[in-house]
Amino acid sequence: MSAEGQTTSEYIQHHLTNLHSGEGFWSFHVDTLVVSLVLGLIVFGTMWLVARKATAGVPGKLQNFVEMVIEMVDSQVKDTFHGKSELIAPLALTIFVWIFAMNAMDVIPVDLLPYIASLMGVEHLKIVASTDLNATFAMSISVFLLIYFYSFKIKGFGGFSKEILFSPFGKNPLLIPVNVLFRIVEDIAKPISLALRLFGNMYAGEMVFILIALLPWYLQWMLGAPWAIFHLLIITLQAFVFMMLTVVYLSMAHESH
Amino acid sequence: MNINATLLGQAITFAILIWFTMKFVWPPLMSAMEERAKTIADGLAAGERAKHDLELAAKRSAEVIREAKEQAGEIIANSEKRASEIIEAAKLQAKAEGDRLVAGAKAEIDQEVFRAKEQLRGQVSAIALAGAGKILGREIDAKAHNDLLDKLVAEI
Repeated sequence: MSAEGQTTSEYIQHHLTNLHSGEGFWSFHVDTLVVSLVLGLIVFGTMWLVARKATAGVPGKLQNFVEMVIEMVDSQVKDTFHGKSELIAPLALTIFVWIFAMNAMDVIPVDLLPYIASLMGVEHLKIVASTDLNATFAMSISVFLLIYFYSFKIKGFGGFSKEILFSPFGKNPLLIPVNVLFRIVEDIAKPISLALRLFGNMYAGEMVFILIALLPWYLQWMLGAPWAIFHLLIITLQAFVFMMLTVVYLSMAHESH
Repeated sequence: MNINATLLGQAITFAILIWFTMKFVWPPLMSAMEERAKTIADGLAAGERAKHDLELAAKRSAEVIREAKEQAGEIIANSEKRASEIIEAAKLQAKAEGDRLVAGAKAEIDQEVFRAKEQLRGQVSAIALAGAGKILGREIDAKAHNDLLDKLVAEI
């Protein structure tokens, strides 16, 4: 609900503004950083506790749940990625779980936490970290760097250069510029599409929640409940898509064309 | 759309989380899961083996029972034969014993009869003597007429 004296657009604007600290590039979205870090600590701390007490015998309910997630990630990675890597499966798990946790903040009523924060004197609070481009790009660019790291590591400088120069169209020298151009477009598209897909979906979802919150309170459930239920699907799906594409990109980096 | 240093902070958090998962979350859970999978596979294999063993044991036990039955039948037949043999032998023995007893008794009876006859003869001779003595009215010299008397006794 909009606070006293706020117009609708001001209300929306207020909800879409991060808690800011600093000016220019060297500034921080404190809410994004804190929320994602706290979620990371909670989720990965829980998984760590489970892992520490993990038993090969009959697992408890929590261990069973964590194992289900791990099993799902592991089977997806095994289906897609055929090399040997210590990193990729845990990386996929990290991505899936962390993004899921950040996305899941979206189903908390949009005004609840900002209202509590405002009582404590915090002016802006955006609790869904994945609606912040910085968070999504941080992940996609990290993945992008890993792609290049593994491309060089697996194929060597020569092999990777050859791949850039000669694929997808072939070894004809005349085709090299086209090949390189394609490669550049492809590689730039990877992190941008990863980051923007997640950001776009979550931002749009958040936006719809904000708009629903503008309705009279006795009507909100009519749209809010279906959208929240539908959004559960989007939350999971986006986390899954990000994870899958990361695994696919990294497996492409491991295989020569 | 404002990209700023948040991106770096997020990337650092991301890197730490990846490292943490790789180091502390994934390996222990994975090894526990693999160990459990192995345990289950072993258990299933053991179950299969036990089933096979059970089948073998059932077959063996059936065989043993069959053998035992055969043996028992044989033993019973033997014992029946033996029993009839024993009964037969006992019958023969009893008959022999009975015959022997009967023969003994007969011999005894004969002896008894003979003895009674002897006695009677003795008595008869004594009576005859007494009668003759009375008839003759005088004492007979028993010694002188013993020969005659003995002859008389033998004739009776």
